Amino acid sequence: MSMQQKASLRKAVIDGFWSGILALIIFGPISGLVLKGYTVQNELMRPLLIALVVAVGRFLISYLIQTEKGRYYLGKLIGKRDAGVTVASLTKSKYQYLVIPVLVLAGLSLPLVLGKYWLTVVILALIYVLLGLGLNIVVGLAGMLDLGYVAFYAVGAYTLAMGAQYFDMGFWTMLPVAALGAALFGAMLGFPVLRMHGDYLAIVTLGFGEIIRLVLNNLLEITGGPNGASAPSPTLFGLEFTRRAKQGGIPFHEYFDIAYSPSYKYIFIYLILFAVVCLMILFVTRLKQMPMGRAWEALREDEIACRSLGINHVTVKLSAFMMGAMVGGIAGVFFATYQGFINPSSFTFFESALILAIVVLGGLGSTVGVIVAALVLTILPEVLRDFAEYRVLMFGVAMVLMMVWKPRGLIRIKRKAYDIGEPAS
Amino acid sequence: MDIYILGQQLLNGLTLGSIYGLIAIGYTMVYGIIGMINFAHGDIYMISAYLTAIILSLIFSLGITSLPVVLLVTLFLAMAITGAYGWAIERVAYRPLRGSTRLAPLISAIGMSLVLQSYVQISQGARNQGVPILIDGVVRLGGEEQFVQITYIQILIVIASFIGMAALTYIILKTSLGRQCRATQQDRKMAAILGINTNRIISTVFVIGSSMAALAGVLVTLNYGSFDFFIGFVIGIKAFTAAVLGGIGSLPGAMLGGIVLGMAEGLFSGFVSSDYKDVFAFALLVLVLIFRPSGLLGKPEIEKV
Repeated sequence: MSMQQKASLRKAVIDGFWSGILALIIFGPISGLVLKGYTVQNELMRPLLIALVVAVGRFLISYLIQTEKGRYYLGKLIGKRDAGVTVASLTKSKYQYLVIPVLVLAGLSLPLVLGKYWLTVVILALIYVLLGLGLNIVVGLAGMLDLGYVAFYAVGAYTLAMGAQYFDMGFWTMLPVAALGAALFGAMLGFPVLRMHGDYLAIVTLGFGEIIRLVLNNLLEITGGPNGASAPSPTLFGLEFTRRAKQGGIPFHEYFDIAYSPSYKYIFIYLILFAVVCLMILFVTRLKQMPMGRAWEALREDEIACRSLGINHVTVKLSAFMMGAMVGGIAGVFFATYQGFINPSSFTFFESALILAIVVLGGLGSTVGVIVAALVLTILPEVLRDFAEYRVLMFGVAMVLMMVWKPRGLIRIKRKAYDIGEPAS
Repeated sequence: MDIYILGQQLLNGLTLGSIYGLIAIGYTMVYGIIGMINFAHGDIYMISAYLTAIILSLIFSLGITSLPVVLLVTLFLAMAITGAYGWAIERVAYRPLRGSTRLAPLISAIGMSLVLQSYVQISQGARNQGVPILIDGVVRLGGEEQFVQITYIQILIVIASFIGMAALTYIILKTSLGRQCRATQQDRKMAAILGINTNRIISTVFVIGSSMAALAGVLVTLNYGSFDFFIGFVIGIKAFTAAVLGGIGSLPGAMLGGIVLGMAEGLFSGFVSSDYKDVFAFALLVLVLIFRPSGLLGKPEIEKV
C-alpha cells in the first residue's frame, strides 16, 4: 500500500524562499559590495541573481523530490554510494585488442598534426597524467591522503636543475637520479608518518610540502630562491635541439641537414614523455594485480584486518609512498626540462590540490579515470580561455560534488576477470 | 640576551597567539564532534576579514564615527554573517557525507576551501585590500632608549580574545546548549537516542567556530589593516598546529596551544630567523604529530576496530 501524497507546492515555495534569503545573506556582502580603497562599490545585482538561482533551484528540488518520477530521476543522478566492486566481463568484444595499438599510434602521430602551442599544452597534460598516476598509487590504491605530493614534483625538478648547475649533468643522467632521489625522499618523509591515520597524515604531508617550498625559496645561495634556476633540455645521443650547439656539439638539425625549427625540442620531449607515460600505465596496471598492489588496496579498505592477517603495514605503505614519490619525481624532471626554468612558485599547495582533484575526479584508484581527468582538467581550461577566471572555482565545486554524489569517481573501477576453466568434478 | 627584545617578542607572540587560539577553537571543536579537519576554516577567517572592511566602509558611509559603536556593530555583523557561512558550508559540503569514508569529508573540505578562495578572488579582485587605521596610540614600558612597546590594538586583541574564550567556556560548561555539545562529542549515537538533535548541535558547533574565526578576523584586520584572498591558508595551518599542539578536541588546549605557538614563533623570528618562521611552525606541527599526537592536554586516541 503506498501513501501517495499530493506534491505540496506550498512547502516547495517556502523552502525556495528561505534558501534565497540565506543565499542573499551569505553572498550579499562579498559579491555585492566590492571594495574600492576604503569605500565599496555597489554590485548588488550579482548576489540578487545568485540568490534567485539558489531559490529557484531549491524550489525545483523540493518540489520534484515529492513526486515519484522526480525521486526516481534525482536518485539516478545522485546515485547513492554504490559500494562493492564490478568485475570486467570475460568475453572480450571482437575489436578490443585493437584499442590499445590504435591509441598508441594516435599518440605517436600527434606531433605531426599539432602546432607548437598545442604540443606544449599536450606535454603539460601528459605531465599531469604522470602526476595523477603517481598520486593515485598513494591516495587511490593505498588510501593515504597526501596533500604534499608537490614536494616530490619539486624534488624531481630541482634535482635536474641543480644537477645541471653544479655537476654539469644532462637530462638523461638526471632522470634516473631524480627518480631515485624522489623515492628516497618519499621513504624519508614516509617513514615517520606511516603510523598516523588518514587526516593527520594529510596535514603532515601538507606541512612537509610547504616546508620544502619555503626552504627552496629561502636558500638563495643554492637554489636561486624566488629567482629560480634553469634546467637543461634533453639531447638525442648528444645532439642538441638548439639553433647553435654549445662548444663542440652538433645541433640536431645540422646533423640531419634539415631546417631548424624550435618545435623539434618539444616533439622530442613529447615522444619521450609519451613513452614514459605508456610504460607507467603498464607498470601500474600490472602492479595492481600483483600481491603488492592487492596489499595496498586491502590496507586501504581495512588496516586492522590486514595487520591481523600478517601483512606488514609499514613496508606495504612505504612501498606505495616511495612508488608515488618516484613517479612524482619523474614528472618533475619533465616539467623542468619542458619549462627550461623553474622557481618555487610552481610548487605551491594549489598544485597539490589540483593533482588531488585529478585523482578524485577520475575515481580513486582507477587508472583510466585518472588519465581522462588529467587530460580534461588541463586541456579544457586552454580551450575555454574566456572562463579561465572560473577554473579554480569549478575545480572546487567539482571536488565537493564528486564527494557528495559519486565518491567512487566518474569511471567505475572494473576488476580483471580470470578464467579458471571448468571446475573438476 | 636583551630583556627588552625578549619582552617585546613575548608580547607580540601573546597577541599572535590569542589570534591562533581563536581560530584553533573552530578546528578543535569540529574535530572533537565529527572527527574531521575542516580544511576550509582558514578561508572562513579570510571571509571575515573582507566582511570587516565592507561593514566598516558601510558604517562610515552612514556617517557614524563613534569608535565603540563602530567596533561593536562591525564585530556583531561580521561574526553573524561568518557564522552563516560556517552553517552553510557544513550543510552543503559535510552533512551529506556523514557515514562516508574518512577521506571524503577532507577532500570535500579542500574543494570548499578552493571554492571560497576563488569566489572571493573573482568577486573582490586579486589585489590587496585594506582598512583605515581606527585605533592608534602605544604604551611604552621601560626607559628612553630601550622599551617594550604595546599598541592599544594589541591590548584590545588580548582582552577581546580573552572575553571571547571566557564566554565560550561559559557556554560549553554551564548552559544546556553546551551540555548537548559535550554529550554529542562524547557519543553521538547515544546523544541522539537521548533526544538531542545532533545535526543541529553539529551545525551550532560550525557556527560557533566560524564566529570565533570572525572575531579573530576583525581584530587582525584592525591591527594590520591589509589583507588578500589568500591569507586564510597559512594562518589556517598555523591555527591547526595550535589546536594539535594543545590537544585536538580540547577547548582549553586550543587556547593554550595558540599562545604557546604564538610565543614560540615570536621568539624564533626574534632570535633565529624571521625568513624561516613559517618553516618553524610547520616543522613544529610535523614533530608534534609524530611524537605526541595527543598534544599537551588531549587524550590519546584509541584505535577502534
